[in-house]
Amino acid sequence: MSAATPAIDIARLRKVYGRTLAVDDLSLRVREGEIFGILGPNGAGKTTTVECTEGLRRPDGGSIRVFGIDPYADRRRARALVGAQLQESQLQDKLTVAEALRLYASFYPRPADTEALLSRLGLTGPRNTRYKKLSGGQKQRLSIALALVGRPRLVIFDELTTGLDPAARRESWQLVRDLRDDGVTVLLVTHYADEAERLCDRVAVIAAGRLAACGRPAALIAAAAAISGEGQAARSTLDDAIVALTTGRLTDPTAGDALSAALCTGEL
Amino acid sequence: MTTALTEPARPRRARQRSAFATLVATEATLNVREIVPLLWGTGFPVALLAVMGVFSSGPDKSLGGYSLVASYEPVLIAFSVATFALQGVPVVLAGYRERGILRRLNATPVGAGRLLAAQLTVALTLTLVSVAGIIIVGRLAFGLPLPGQPAGFCLAVALTAAAMLGLGLLVAAVARTGRVAGAVSTMLFLPLMFFAGLWTPQATMPAALRRAGDDTPLGAAVAALQHSLSGQWPSAASLAVLAGYAAVLGLLAWRLFRWE
Repeated sequence: MSAATPAIDIARLRKVYGRTLAVDDLSLRVREGEIFGILGPNGAGKTTTVECTEGLRRPDGGSIRVFGIDPYADRRRARALVGAQLQESQLQDKLTVAEALRLYASFYPRPADTEALLSRLGLTGPRNTRYKKLSGGQKQRLSIALALVGRPRLVIFDELTTGLDPAARRESWQLVRDLRDDGVTVLLVTHYADEAERLCDRVAVIAAGRLAACGRPAALIAAAAAISGEGQAARSTLDDAIVALTTGRLTDPTAGDALSAALCTGEL
Repeated sequence: MTTALTEPARPRRARQRSAFATLVATEATLNVREIVPLLWGTGFPVALLAVMGVFSSGPDKSLGGYSLVASYEPVLIAFSVATFALQGVPVVLAGYRERGILRRLNATPVGAGRLLAAQLTVALTLTLVSVAGIIIVGRLAFGLPLPGQPAGFCLAVALTAAAMLGLGLLVAAVARTGRVAGAVSTMLFLPLMFFAGLWTPQATMPAALRRAGDDTPLGAAVAALQHSLSGQWPSAASLAVLAGYAAVLGLLAWRLFRWE
């Protein structure tokens, strides 16, 4: 695991849908082995950024490398290294849990042990249950299992815990930490700041298609509190920082840019 | 440390199937679980052939010299081909796209194209099984002759399947949901089967209607199948009509199809 090749290297990414600029001049680097969060309001361009990283969309400008591989041009090679849990993707109603996992295992050269994966995700009981009959939480755990069955070096979770109850959220967090302990890089898209604050080594805040800030959660909180002049860093949360960074409630309008530049290039 | 999350599978057993074989097996299993469309495509034409056979009473001048059951055999073959290609495939594919299944496949090294190929493999296999079923039941139960021009018959079936799949994929390309695809394909299926002669055999249609029907895919299909069943080579005109539909519809579907 050389520090030289980042897990994800996004440089000046631009993506346009018709007349809408979804992502504009966005650059960030995710190091191998870290849990990296992408935060921001709805429609900020989080999912577009992630879909470009997964090779599902072709960037209109800039470049993306995943472990040094172009995920769109060289998608076969890149996708063998990346496990994805997509937003709003379902399975066939009449496919059972075990069948789905076996099917996805066949897509990868060195798949995980499907039995171990089923039991780790608490899916041994409903293993012969059809997708349609699964509860929301079981469906979510199955989509996590499918993201992991190829033994990826990078896992991308798009709204991992949306719709889960508090206990299930905590279980998902532990799973993400276990993945990191196994050396897997995790990219976590979320709009829960508390989740990112507890879990992520670093976060990027995206607003209106641009990078608003990037760095360790604690550093973002401190910097945002300092800049907005509230001086209550001790009691501020990442939530406060994000609101400050994405709604322009900063005393100095150029401070946001200065902050993001400092945090993204520096070794915070 | 390696937890259950990243534990590798034990070394692959020799019997481990390839991704494509697993996709085909999965799609086949899912098709069998959707029992109603399966019966509609295979059981229904065979049952209808049996009913025709019971009421059939020798060659009939008004049916162009064929018995009732013989005149319906090519119609039911066309019915079976159209059921899988036009009613089955588009509903499944548009549904898969609607539910993000194609998009999810595109995030794996295998890609959704392979799922499309697996789905077509299963549909064509089911088509061949039910065409064979119609021929065998016709032969064993009602003494209908086997295709007199086997090469021409195979070509006619292949072109019919290609034209219907072209139309089916076009429906899958333009329909936003599985439900819409089902409605559109049924709206197409009924008039196409009319010109195939499902309700009024082609021989009894007024001349103008019959001529119009010759230019429809299933009208041409039944003419080509009828000829090859009775030992003649299908007419160039009907083969050209089928090939033309297959090419134009297939190209349109190719251009318009979206994975998401």
